[in-house]
Formats: sequence, C-alpha cells, structure tokens
Amino acid sequence: MNTLPQDFFGRIVFIIQKYGFTLIEGAGTTLIIALIGTIVGCLIGFVVGVIQTIPISKKDNIFKRIFVRLIKIVLDIYVEVFRGTPMMVQAMFIFYGSAIMFNIRMDMWTAAYFIVSINTGAYMAETVRGGILSIPEGQTEGAMAIGMTHFQTMLYVIIPQALRNIMPQIGNNLIINIKDTCVLSSIGVVELFFVTKTVSGAYYTVFEAYSITMIIYLIMTVFFSKLLRLFEKKLNGPEDYSLSTTDTLAYTSGMLKYPDKEVHHE
Amino acid sequence: MNEIIKVEHLSKKFGDHEVLKDINFSVKSGNVTCIIGSSGSGKSTLLRCINLLETATSGEILYKNENVLTSKKISSYRAKVGMVFQGFNLFENMNVLQNCKIGLTKVLKEDKEQAEKESLYFLEKVGMLPYINAKPRQLSGGQKQRVAIARALAMKPDVLLFDEPTSALDPQMIGEVLKVIKELAQEGFTMIIVTHEMAFARDVSNYVIYMKDGVICEEGSPEEIFNNPKREETMEFLHRFTNL
Repeated sequence: MNTLPQDFFGRIVFIIQKYGFTLIEGAGTTLIIALIGTIVGCLIGFVVGVIQTIPISKKDNIFKRIFVRLIKIVLDIYVEVFRGTPMMVQAMFIFYGSAIMFNIRMDMWTAAYFIVSINTGAYMAETVRGGILSIPEGQTEGAMAIGMTHFQTMLYVIIPQALRNIMPQIGNNLIINIKDTCVLSSIGVVELFFVTKTVSGAYYTVFEAYSITMIIYLIMTVFFSKLLRLFEKKLNGPEDYSLSTTDTLAYTSGMLKYPDKEVHHE
Repeated sequence: MNEIIKVEHLSKKFGDHEVLKDINFSVKSGNVTCIIGSSGSGKSTLLRCINLLETATSGEILYKNENVLTSKKISSYRAKVGMVFQGFNLFENMNVLQNCKIGLTKVLKEDKEQAEKESLYFLEKVGMLPYINAKPRQLSGGQKQRVAIARALAMKPDVLLFDEPTSALDPQMIGEVLKVIKELAQEGFTMIIVTHEMAFARDVSNYVIYMKDGVICEEGSPEEIFNNPKREETMEFLHRFTNL
C-alpha cells in the first residue's frame, strides 16, 4: 500500500512501517557518535584538566617550568577555540575546509568522531579542572603527608573524588552530544536528523515525521540521564557498613601482632 | 641521644607578614616535644614547614643532618615524617582500611597482603579495627582522628607531627584521641605536638616550646615551663588556661 492515510495516527503508522528501520538506523548512528564522542572527549578533558592543575613551584628547574607553562598555553588556546566557535562551523571548517586548504581528506566518519570528541574535550577540560579545584586542599595535604607524589595524589585521591562530583556534568555532555550530533548532517553524516529530513520530504509529512523523531530523541536522552543517575548512586557506595567484629571489647585486647618483624622505632 | 630533627634560623613570610622569625630548636629521637601558644603565634606554620607543606623563606631544617629544604627527595622525606592534621584529612573516597593501606602499597611499595596485615595492626592499636569497612564520612571526629593516626603510624615514620589533633573535637573525643597519643609517647615514638591541651602537654612531653608572635618565647622541660616559667608572657599565657 502506497497511499498516504489522511489522519495523524494513520500517517505515523505509515511512516513507521515504511521508514521505521531507516529511522532506527539513524538513531543508532546518532547514539554511537554521541557515546564515542563523549567517552573520548572525557578522556581528553581529564588529560587537559589534570595538566592545567599541575602546580609550578619556583624550586623546579627552569626547563620544566617553561615546558609546563608552554603546554598549558597551548591547551588554553585549544579550549578557547573549540568552546568559542559553533560545532557546525567547526564541522564545515574541518571536513571541507581542510580538504581544500591542506589537502587533508578525512573520511566523513573520522571527521564526525573527531569533531564531537574534540568539542566535548574542550568543555570537559574546564569541568575536570573545576572538579579538581572543588576537592578540599586537605585531601592533597593528607596525600602529600604520607609521601605521595603529585601524580599519585591525583590518581588515587583527587580524581576519584572529582569524578564523582562531575558525573552530573558528564551526563549533561552526553545528552548535549546526543542532540548536537544533528549538526553533523551538514557534512553528510546520515544520523537521525538527516534521516528525518529525507523521510519528511518524501511524502511531505513534516509534522508526523518530526513527531516521531522528537520522541526518539527524548527516549534516548531520558534513558541515559536515568542510567547515569544509577551510576552516580553506585559511585556513592553503600550507605551502611558492617562492623568487622561484633565484640566491641575485642579491639582493646591486642589480638593482632605486628606482621613478621617487630614494630621498630628508633 | 641523637637529634633527629634540627631547625636552624627558620623564618617564614607570607608576603610582608613574617609569621616565623629565626626559629631554632631540635628534637631528640624518642622525645615528645609539645609546642604551645595562642592562635596565630605560628605553631601550625612551623609544623607545616617541617613537613614541607609550607616552604620556609630562609633557614634550614635538618633531618638526620641533611637539609631537607634543598633536598630533592621530598616525597621519601615526607613518608618518614608522619603528619596528623586538625581536620583529619582522611581520603573521602576510601574506607578506613584503604586509607591506611594506600601509603604502604603505593609509596612504600609493599605487597598487598603485608600492607593489609600492617594496617590492621595499627588500626587495632588505635581501637578502630571494627570500623575497617566504614567510609570517613560515617565516622565521628574522634574516630576519624584515630584512623588518621593509624594511617600515619602505618608508614612507620621516624617522627610524628601532630597539628592540633584535638582542636576540632568535643571533650569526650579529645579524651579518646589523647589516650592514643599518650600510649605512643610511652612506647617511645618521637613526636612533635602542637596543642592547646595544657594538662596533656605537661603529662606527655619531655620538652615544651612556648611560641608567641612567631618566635620561641620560652622553652624547657615541662616542669620548668608549667611550674616555674621565667618569662612574663609565658606566665600570662598559662595563667589564662589554669584560670578556666
């Protein structure tokens, strides 16, 4: 049957029957670009954010100080450029512009992943920096006091806590990415928006086609926002703990011996 | 007895403000040194300078006759000089056992099993063995501080620094923490303790330093300082505490 029904729901059913699979494929493309872009972006953000918070002390040698400063400046420029220009413009600039100017022929998919990742990275860098700064100074001091290096302090103490604090922002970024991948249609990526445009044009069912697409976007974003909430809860760990012994007198009775050697103090 | 830490002509400026002026003192191995004085007299800054959490402006800090201010091995020095903070500074993302273990496995590179055994030993010593699975935020202040002490002890330091370990606690918790510190003193741990607990300072220390306005105003044995202080400032300061 190829005649278009006249009522709204009829048309919806018609579109789903005829183009349902194409729409799902488009949604899949959207989702995979958004997910990979967010994950890679987060990694970029963590690396940049951590480098941005490396302390430079006057005690370090001059080459190390210049080197770290230089890297920080480069990263600053990266963050400002990619945060400060629209992703759609970046997409055109990188995919078409670089092909014409520098003869770099990136394939469409590489360009898509690259643009979303590098964009998310720029935002995440600032988020991670904020997350690191939000951890009280005492945590760093506690770690330094037992002899941890800056790197160890970051890895074991600060970043795990910062990660928990910035989870809502990571979720935010994922949702923004699910929506904003639609700008990649401008470089020809066949994602959900691109598919919808085609579908709605075929029978001129703009309202119906976009209704379906709105719902698909909404399902994806709500699903991931709830999923990340669950993950946050898991990061918080269990609320209660069990005492390792129920005998409250036990801990004064010297049950344990110092392992192997005697406690030494000079 | 040998001097394990020796501070010579130490001064510390925050901008124009001179917080520590020409501080000289030494700590003998096995001794407990208490630093007393009113708030803002530079006690905590002095302690933080010793652990290199603050960078001294000039002077020397000798640890086993080596100047740590010019040393490159800051981390290994810090591992040998334990610190207990007023605000506990337990790692919020780890449970009690992990808090003690992390330094052993990551800094001292001990294997996990050995690190766990040692951690449990010290946690038992401070009476926190039943709480090894708890997160810091689930503990009371006194319990947190005892874990912090166990964490410092587990590193097997040569010297332990206490920066007002009981100032954030209520009287009952103060008691439980001081009890632990007293036991350590009896076992012969070398300690430098900044405290406002005068009775405790008198009982536990071999040597007392009274600081005022960034200088050492008077120092001596606890009998000298608490029973016959020579300087008027010391008398005045102690008077306020005994009159409470």
